Amino acid sequence: MTAVVDRVSTGPGPTVPRPEARDSKKRRRLLESLEGWGFVAPALVIVLGLSIFPAIWAFFLSLEKWNGFSEPVNVGFANYQQMVGDTELQDALGHTILYVVLFVPTSVGLGLFLAVALNRNIRFIGIYRTAIFIPFVASAAVTGILTTYLFNPQFGLFNNILRVLGLPQQGWLEDPAQAMVVITIMSLWGQAAFTTVIYLAALQDMPGELMEAARIDGANKWQVFWQVVWPQLTPVTVFATIWQVIGAIQLFDLVYTTTRGGPLNATQTIVYYLWQTAFQKLDFGFGSAIAYGLFALTLLITIGVVIYSRRTKIEAF
Amino acid sequence: MTAIAEAPARLPVRKRRPLPFSGWHFFLLPVGVLFAIPFVQMFLTSVTPASEINKFPPRFIPSAISLDGYASLFGTSDILLWLGNTLIVSSSAIASHLVLCSLAGYGFARLKFRGRHFGFFAVLATIMIPTQLLMIPTYILFSRVGLIDSLGAAIVPWLASAFGIFLMRQFFLSLPAELEEAAMIDGCTRLQVFFRVILPLAKPALATLAIFTLLGSWNDLVWPLIAINNDHAFTLQLGLANFQGTRRTQWSLLMAGNVVATLPLILFFVFAQKQFIATMTFSGLKG
Repeated sequence: MTAVVDRVSTGPGPTVPRPEARDSKKRRRLLESLEGWGFVAPALVIVLGLSIFPAIWAFFLSLEKWNGFSEPVNVGFANYQQMVGDTELQDALGHTILYVVLFVPTSVGLGLFLAVALNRNIRFIGIYRTAIFIPFVASAAVTGILTTYLFNPQFGLFNNILRVLGLPQQGWLEDPAQAMVVITIMSLWGQAAFTTVIYLAALQDMPGELMEAARIDGANKWQVFWQVVWPQLTPVTVFATIWQVIGAIQLFDLVYTTTRGGPLNATQTIVYYLWQTAFQKLDFGFGSAIAYGLFALTLLITIGVVIYSRRTKIEAF
Repeated sequence: MTAIAEAPARLPVRKRRPLPFSGWHFFLLPVGVLFAIPFVQMFLTSVTPASEINKFPPRFIPSAISLDGYASLFGTSDILLWLGNTLIVSSSAIASHLVLCSLAGYGFARLKFRGRHFGFFAVLATIMIPTQLLMIPTYILFSRVGLIDSLGAAIVPWLASAFGIFLMRQFFLSLPAELEEAAMIDGCTRLQVFFRVILPLAKPALATLAIFTLLGSWNDLVWPLIAINNDHAFTLQLGLANFQGTRRTQWSLLMAGNVVATLPLILFFVFAQKQFIATMTFSGLKG
């Protein structure tokens, strides 16, 4: 911020010139245009240059076979056809769906539950809030190291707790049936703050009169919540669900920092497969086709939920 | 806690009235402990003597404090270089974001120029594009201009963002236009109005934007992983991820690395909790 403030050191500017009456309108519009574009152009060039331009380029790449060194060969839609028959990609889609099913309902549910719990003025509430929110700053690399340590089958904390309780030891990340569950648990740890915060903001914005009225009419707390508060939270729920689904479909970094797709490919997600295809096998064409497939999937889900919520008159958008 | 601090000011008669006990403690206390465990374990393991780490049964609390993990972290790895690299990436990302996104946000909010609607629509449209779609072409583009394997590859994508432009535009739309009009009549140019009148008012939005950029650029792993293979240009996150292969069982070193990567953000969070929460809320409401 200091960098911005320092720029204010120029002296008083020249007074606005007054051109002749005739040309002035045209000239002023031109000047206004130049001025406007001058303000927005630097950021616009970076944002559009690093998104729309590569997105279009990716489509042309998806029509080629290319490893970055040899001459690219145009293969039409062969890469997209290859996607249909690729069993590894289908497995990756299955693992991604498993993660979406594990992560999205729990993260939305946990967020709602924590928001309701934190939305009250009791002792130590600031400490509870900090404890729940702080993991949000943990990066994927940090979370990956913590996960492999806490869930280590030999000396990790969780197996140690099971041992003390006399329960059987688990393989966790080394067990194909449990690895995705462990990744979900640690994703929840790091990201529960997000859904909690948006529910909390909605709860605090809610006018109290309706709840008062319901309580006067004899409703108990449970009824007030499910019949008065919950319906009003629907837009937040719809939004949080879409947002978490889009994020969950793109799971990559926590897989990279924990299991690298293993054990027995059990945590290989679409984006992990995409990364391997493009940057380990150097198949840029097939990688771009997978990326477009992922984009289409994301768009379809988003459009589907928007249409559904419009039809049912939920005003989330 | 603020409620306890404010209570005496508002109610001087009832001094430090304790808040009533609530049944929610039975729920919040275990949940809070569960959420705290990974970071607590991280700090404890980073100071555990090497002799105790792989012992069975394992101990949660070490019997003695040892700084060997930190010593070997700083002595045998390039962590200081990587920390410096990350500081360069994050500080240039924040400085550039604050300047470019607020300029563009102001342009879209206040200036009338041809093509502004189209330009802003294009910015919003980019939010829909998943980053995975951009990785391959951006990698090819950066390798053609010679950015691959240099710190520049990590910096350039963070110079500005659609989210930043959107956030600043929303903020400037909420300011009354009379302020600028008065300054313009007094003979200021647009740029002077922007830097002298508007930006000082935009501090809350700039704080939100700075935290968003700090978190994103500090913790970014996927893009540096693709674009940087040269360990002199590693960021902190890339170095940590790389440790997992090379320092597999040196847990106190790994956890010391985690502390170095996380402590600055934790401290930031504790001191600017309000702004952090505002950032999280806004980044959720952009859709």
